Amino acid sequence: MLDASLKKSLEEKALRLRELTILEIAHLGSGHIGGSMSIIEALTYLYYKAMNIDPANPHKEDRDRFVCSKGHAGPAVYATLADKGYFPMDWLNTLNQGGTNLPSHCDMNKTPGIDFTTGSLGQGTSAAVGIALGQRLKGQKAYTYLMIGDGESQEGQVWEAAEAAAQFKLDNLIAFTDLNGQQLDGYTKDIMCMDNLDLRYKGFNWDVQSINGHDFDEIAAAIEHAKSVKGKPHMIILHTIKSKGFAPGEGVKSNHSMAFGIDVANQAIAKLKEEAAK
Amino acid sequence: MRDTSTIKDMREAMVTAIVDLAAEHKDVVLLDADLTSCLASLKFEELYPERFFNCGIAEANMVGISAGLSSMGFTPFAHTFGCFASRRTFDQFFLSVGYAKQVVHLIGTDPGVTAQLNGGTHMPFEDIALMRQVPGVIVIEPSDGQSCYELTLQAYASGKTSYTRIPRKGITHRYPVGTKFTLGKGIELASGKDVAIVATGEVLVNESAKALELLKAQGIDATLIDLHTIKPLDEELLSTIAKRCSKVLVCENGRYAGGVGEAIAAFYAKTNPVKMDFLNVGEQFGEVGKLPYLQGVFGFTADNIARKAALLAR
Ligand SMILES: Cc1ncc(C[n+]2csc(CCOP(=O)(O)OP(=O)(O)O)c2C)c(N)n1
Ligand SMILES: [Mg+2]
Repeated sequence: MLDASLKKSLEEKALRLRELTILEIAHLGSGHIGGSMSIIEALTYLYYKAMNIDPANPHKEDRDRFVCSKGHAGPAVYATLADKGYFPMDWLNTLNQGGTNLPSHCDMNKTPGIDFTTGSLGQGTSAAVGIALGQRLKGQKAYTYLMIGDGESQEGQVWEAAEAAAQFKLDNLIAFTDLNGQQLDGYTKDIMCMDNLDLRYKGFNWDVQSINGHDFDEIAAAIEHAKSVKGKPHMIILHTIKSKGFAPGEGVKSNHSMAFGIDVANQAIAKLKEEAAK
Repeated sequence: MRDTSTIKDMREAMVTAIVDLAAEHKDVVLLDADLTSCLASLKFEELYPERFFNCGIAEANMVGISAGLSSMGFTPFAHTFGCFASRRTFDQFFLSVGYAKQVVHLIGTDPGVTAQLNGGTHMPFEDIALMRQVPGVIVIEPSDGQSCYELTLQAYASGKTSYTRIPRKGITHRYPVGTKFTLGKGIELASGKDVAIVATGEVLVNESAKALELLKAQGIDATLIDLHTIKPLDEELLSTIAKRCSKVLVCENGRYAGGVGEAIAAFYAKTNPVKMDFLNVGEQFGEVGKLPYLQGVFGFTADNIARKAALLAR
């Protein structure tokens, strides 16, 4: 169990990152809200607790790295990086504007703090395997964290990467699948069923855990456990809710990318804060 | 004959053609890859649920499945964004479809700068070049709704594999119902004698049409070709305009290497050398932004087209 004050501060941080993400997208007028909101707790825990990183030195050689293979969740990652101080907060208002450093999909050549360029689903998984291999080759005691979408897991490349990670015994690779049950066209079960993900990864000889992706105690325990298992890559399946915390999208089939403005954003944030206060 | 003048988006012009084909031909099937809203594929699914397959986020697999369906006598139309339709499925499209002599109609939405807010990762500048590498494949880029509809019917009737690149949102209504289109034959929109502009696709044909006016104001009388079929090239028309104008500007929403401009330059090099210039993205990657911004970045504007054409005409 997490220390109560740490847990409280993480929860406050998650609330703040949700607020920033909603406002960032509202400022533009539309964007990938669903898959951004479902990974907020994971991002919060990674960037505020788990990862060895230095925002003042984003290229620190032996840092832990994070690959957001579901690159369309860029808005949530940018909110996190801005809050961490990787770049000025007002950059968030430039999301997707011509000439921006914050494009819709994560770009390592534009955004300080982004460790790999993603956007074509599946490709971040192989890149993360390469990064984890590189860390090991260089003798770094560092971890690669990887975020994969459940829809994204329909790509064959995800499983090619999974084979390689197991073959190379990459125990410094800690991957998450954001099992929010939804993809672009709707519910995963109706499009291409992603049941038994845990069994699939077990079959690939990964160390596998399934947790509530919105619960900091569970996230903390899962990462700690993963670090204790040697000789295998780690999969932490996050049971999440797509659009979690942005009420207009929660439980809605078409919540992948939504158009909304500042009024809707402010209402959603007010509701979110009200619930958090309870 | 269908009038597309009330249709509001290019994707709808395309899916209407596929639905009309499916009504007549039981072999027509449609596959998508978790982007049904981008083609309005659900219109097809509503009518022919048993002939529609959402393959999920697995584009290469979708094209492989299409090849297998083709070998069973079906005629698959398969859709994803142009970047994935070309780059991500290329080996499957090349081998299981092209080399294996199967017939699949691949549709890539949001070509070039029309990928807009999806940004550089989603901005296909090389799909034309890739698709041109597959022997026998027809490459189409309609510039309006009516031509999109008619050319799709003709691609099916040709019995050959095709690749069509169209923006999903917005539509230009350039040609009235009843216009005669022929796959492989460009359309001469203006027949001036000083310089010829050959353009492909909605954005560049529209901008080139505006450039004609700017050129006219400078006393330059230009030809404009809507080259809706990129492969096979309309060599007859290209020869005609070369003889008439002897100066040709090729405008495409993509990369020079392997693209329309290079194809035309190669044709002229062996037949009728003309002075040429090109408008394309050169060596650049895509980037994020709205269409007007991106048109500015890459010079896909009437002003720039007129400037280049005027320089050439001089
Ligand atoms: C190779 C590829 N195919 C299609 C897309 C378009 N696309 C972007 S996000 C998305 C749905 C992703 O679903 P999922 O991985 O479950 O993400 P989440 O639910 O977390 O948003 C699709 C189809 C893409 N970016 N890359
Ligand atoms: Mg999902």
